[in-house]
Amino acid sequence: MVLLTRKVEFSAAHYYYLDAWTPEENLRVFGKCANRNGHGHNYTLEVTVEGKVDPVSGFVVDLKALRDTMEREVVQVYDHRHLNLEVPEFRSMLPTTENIAIAIWRRLEAKIDGAKLHRVRVYEMPDLFADYYGEA
Amino acid sequence: MKAYLSRRYRLSASHRLHNEAYSSAENRAVYGKCNNPHGHGHNYVVEITVSGPVDPLTGMVCNLAELDGFVRRVIGERFDHKNLNQDSAFEQKVPTTENLCIEIYKIVKIGFAHVMLECVRVEETSNNFFEYSEMAPRLLER
Repeated sequence: MVLLTRKVEFSAAHYYYLDAWTPEENLRVFGKCANRNGHGHNYTLEVTVEGKVDPVSGFVVDLKALRDTMEREVVQVYDHRHLNLEVPEFRSMLPTTENIAIAIWRRLEAKIDGAKLHRVRVYEMPDLFADYYGEA
Repeated sequence: MKAYLSRRYRLSASHRLHNEAYSSAENRAVYGKCNNPHGHGHNYVVEITVSGPVDPLTGMVCNLAELDGFVRRVIGERFDHKNLNQDSAFEQKVPTTENLCIEIYKIVKIGFAHVMLECVRVEETSNNFFEYSEMAPRLLER
């Protein structure tokens, strides 16, 4: 088995705010991320797939196909969008780095041809990232 | 849904690699220029990975502000802009980055115990780094 990783970037806005909480509670837990006007990041998405090396092509997966899938399923939906307001899965959960990784896993899991999704890593910034391995 | 959250912090410190159990010649042979009696320093990067179920309400494995505050208060104030050889942890141990990594792991594990600590990684320079986990098989699998 070989692991293969492909990166893409997208830029998006978000905020962390729960309507069920008072403004004070939101501010205490989420700090400046609770600003309802939103703020944004340049995200980096790393998708790692796991598979056998094809004896003829020498590839685990066709990298171009993987990139196209990531572009279609994630970048076209998230890039230059407000995640809370414009991306359906974040109507019911906050777009934290952890939840973005889980949401991207769900978007990609069934769409990787010839290999298994191993890890989704989302960098919100170079010093903060979340990993999801499909664990319950 | 179990997820892993990693955060990177910076600290600058000096150290000297030297063990009294060795002769001067052996210290020089083992540690090379790191044995310089006056010490030298690095800009370390400390990467802390925690894991756990994502809270259905907050969407978080742990509150980042709390983790940042803990690391700044406990790790930063103790090691940043300090001489590692003078730290109590290194009275009996050489302050290699391996040992620093293990020490930081223990501090976080005990002091920030409400979240599962997966791994501590310490980068001494951009070309070498060390990782410690008490969940080693998991680390390898990942």
